[in-house]
Amino acid sequence: MGKQEYTLSIFSENHIGILNQITIILTRRQINIESITASESAVKGVHLLTLVVKTTPDMVRKVSKQIEKLVDVLKVFVHTTDEIIYQEIALYKVTTNGLMSGNVIDHVVRTHHARIIEVSPEYIVLEKTGHKTEISELLNHLEPYGVLQFSRSGRVAITRQVRELNSYLKEMDEANRFNTDENEE
Amino acid sequence: MKSEEEAKQIIQQVNGYEHITGAEALLRCLIAEGVDTIFGYPGGAIMPVYDKLLDFNDKLRHILTRHEQGAAHAAQAYAMVSGKPGICFATSGPGATNLITGIANAYLDSVPMVFITAQVVSGLIGTDAFQETDILGVSMPVTKWNCQVKKAQDISNTIAKAFYIATNGRPGPVLIDITKDAQIEKCSFKYKKCSYMRSYNPHIPLNKRALDSAAIMINHAEKPLILAGHGVLISGAEKELRKFVEKTGIPVAVTLLGLSSFPSGHRLYTGFLGMHGNYGPNLLTNEADLIIAIGMRFDDRVTGNITKYAKQARIIHIEIDEAEINKNVIVDLEIHNDAKEALEYLIPLVEQKSYESWVREFRICDKTEYEKVIKTETKPDKGDIRMGEVVRMVSEMTNGDAVIVTDVGQNQMTAARYFKFTEPKSFVTSGGMGTMGFGLPASVGAKIGRPDKQVVVFIGDGGFQMTIQELGTILHYKIPVKIVILNNGYLGMVRQWQEMFFKKRYASTELVNPDFVTIAKGFSIPGKKVSDRKELNSSLEKMLAAKGPYLLDIKIEKEGNVLPMIEPGASVSEITLNYKI
Repeated sequence: MGKQEYTLSIFSENHIGILNQITIILTRRQINIESITASESAVKGVHLLTLVVKTTPDMVRKVSKQIEKLVDVLKVFVHTTDEIIYQEIALYKVTTNGLMSGNVIDHVVRTHHARIIEVSPEYIVLEKTGHKTEISELLNHLEPYGVLQFSRSGRVAITRQVRELNSYLKEMDEANRFNTDENEE
Repeated sequence: MKSEEEAKQIIQQVNGYEHITGAEALLRCLIAEGVDTIFGYPGGAIMPVYDKLLDFNDKLRHILTRHEQGAAHAAQAYAMVSGKPGICFATSGPGATNLITGIANAYLDSVPMVFITAQVVSGLIGTDAFQETDILGVSMPVTKWNCQVKKAQDISNTIAKAFYIATNGRPGPVLIDITKDAQIEKCSFKYKKCSYMRSYNPHIPLNKRALDSAAIMINHAEKPLILAGHGVLISGAEKELRKFVEKTGIPVAVTLLGLSSFPSGHRLYTGFLGMHGNYGPNLLTNEADLIIAIGMRFDDRVTGNITKYAKQARIIHIEIDEAEINKNVIVDLEIHNDAKEALEYLIPLVEQKSYESWVREFRICDKTEYEKVIKTETKPDKGDIRMGEVVRMVSEMTNGDAVIVTDVGQNQMTAARYFKFTEPKSFVTSGGMGTMGFGLPASVGAKIGRPDKQVVVFIGDGGFQMTIQELGTILHYKIPVKIVILNNGYLGMVRQWQEMFFKKRYASTELVNPDFVTIAKGFSIPGKKVSDRKELNSSLEKMLAAKGPYLLDIKIEKEGNVLPMIEPGASVSEITLNYKI
C-alpha cells in the first residue's frame, strides 16, 4: 500500500492540550504532519483542526479511529485530496527595487492573481491564496527579484460530503441523552 | 453495591455547602461517587487534602502504601476485584511521576481509576518550582483523560467528569491535577453526577443488522470458537456468555485477562490463549471456521505471528472500543457494541447446537498437553518442586474459591495455566503492560476490595524485590494476604528466553537473594521456607489457615521452563509442547 496525502478534519472541544493528544498518536506511528490549521468551526464551541498527513490508507484508518477515541474529540473525517475543496494562503515580502523593474507587478497580479497588501520604499508584501503548487510557482517566479520573507499557511478545507457535523452530533446525542433527565435534581 | 435510592440520598446529603475548602469539596465529591477507600501517599502539595481526610475518616478509609507505585497497583487491583473505580492520591512532582507505571498499567488493561495528584500553587506553575512536574504532559499518553484544576469552584464538575469517563465505555485511568491554592480556596459546593458529555459517547446503539448477520454466521458454522476477553468481565457479561455458550455449544477460550470470565471446569472451556496458553485453543485457532471474539483486542501475545493467524476463519469481533476493531486483525464482521448487550441480543437468535467432534479435537489436544507438559508440571515424582504443582495444590485446597494475584513472568503464566477459576473477577494480573512488581501491592488492594475472600499472590523472587516495601503496608493495616514466592533464584522468564534463544548465555538474570522469611519477620509476617516436596502440602495448608498475612518462600527447580510456548515469530498452530536445546 503506497503512501497518499490525506486531510484530517478533526472536530473537538476547545480544550487545552487537545493538539498534544493528537500529535502523540501520530508521533507513535511515525507520521509526519505536513500542515496544520486550527480554527473555530460552523458549530458553536466546536474547534476544527485540519491536518495534512502522508501515510497509507490502512494507517490513516487506524490513527483516525484512535484520534476519534480521544474523550474531547467529537468527530474525525478523513479525506483524500479529491474529496475536498481546499486553499492555502501565502505572504511574500519582496524588495521594492526588484519588483519595480519591468512589468513584474503586472504579471504577478494578472497571471498569479496575487494581491498587494503593503507597499513601502524598501519592500512590497504580496498575498496569494491557492493550492500548494500555485503558491510555489509564484515563489519561484519572485525569487530573482529578491524575496525577503515567505510564509505559507496550513491547509483550510471544506468537504464535499452532504452530511454535516451537526447531524452526527445529533445522532450521538440521542444515543447518550437517554438518562440525563433522570439525574436532574 | 448501593441502590440508586441510597446513592441519591448520599448526593443530597453532601450538597449545598458554602465556604468549604477545595480539599473538602474534593472529598465530598468522592463520597458522592460512592468511594470509601483511597490508596495514596502524602506530600507537600497535597497536604490540605490529607489534613481534611482526618475529618472524614469515618467515611473515607485511606491506605498509606510505602511508594506511590504501590498505591497505584493496589488501587487497580481493588478496582478489578470490586468493580468499583480505584482511587489514588499522590503529591506533585515525584509523587505524581511515581504513579506513571501504575497508570500505564491500568490504561493497557482498561481498569477504571481516578488518580488525584496535587500541583504546586498556580502562580508557580511553569517556573520549575520545587516538586513541580508537568504531570498532564507526562501522563497524557497513558491516561484516558486528564485535566488540571486551578480553582476550587471547578473541582466538583471535573471530578464528576472524571468518574463518568473512567467508568463508562472502555474503562481506563483518568488523572486530575489540583493546584495547592485550589485545595485551600473556599467555594460553595453542589455535586451533580455527570451523565452526558457532548464529545464522549460511550453508549453505542445496538448494531442489530450486524448482530443478525452474526447469528446467521454462527448458526451455519461447523467449527466455531469463542475468544472471551477482559471485556466480558468489564461489561458484566459472564452469565450471558455462559448462556450463549451453553445454547450454541461453541467451545470457549479465554485471554489472560479474560480468565475467570468463564468457569475453568466447564465442559466447553478449552483453556487460555496465547504465548504460554493451552495447546488446544492455540492450535485449533488455525482450524476453526468461525471465530467469535468478545471483548478482546487480538494482542500480539494472543495472535503470535499475525500473518499466519486464523487465515482460514471468518472473524466476528464484538468490541466496545472502535479503535480496536481491525487494528491488529482484519475481521469479517465488526460489532461495535458492549459485550453484554450484544450477547443478550444474540442469545434468542442462535440455534441450540452441539459440536461433539469439534469439541473432541480440543479434548485430544488436552490429553496431549497433559501427557507432555501438565503431568510433569503438576505431579512430578522427582526433582525439585515445580511452580505448576504449587499452583495446582492451592487451586485444589481452595476449590478455586480464592482471588489469585500474580506478578509477571513464569509465576504469572503458571498461575494462569494451573489455577482452576470458578468465580468472575478472581484473577488479578498485569496483562498488557507486564509490570514486574505488580503482585505484592496488587494483593493488598485485592484483599481490601474482597475482604471475604482468600487472597493468594504468586510472585517470583525478582518481582517481589521490586515492590518489597509494601510488606510495610501489609504490616500497617494487618492485611491477611498469602504470599507465595516461587523462588528459583533467577529472573525466570528472561532466563528461559536466554536458554532458548540466546544460547544459554545468562546475562544478568541470576539473583543473589536475601532471606525472605527473615525479611518478612521484620514486618511481623510469619513465614516459612519450603524446599522439600514432602513439606509442601502441609506448609500450604498452614499458610491458607493463617488468620493474618503469611509468606511462603518455596524453592523451585532452578531452570524450569513454562511450556507450551509459541515462539516469537511462530504462528499459533506452531505451538511447541516440549522444548529441546
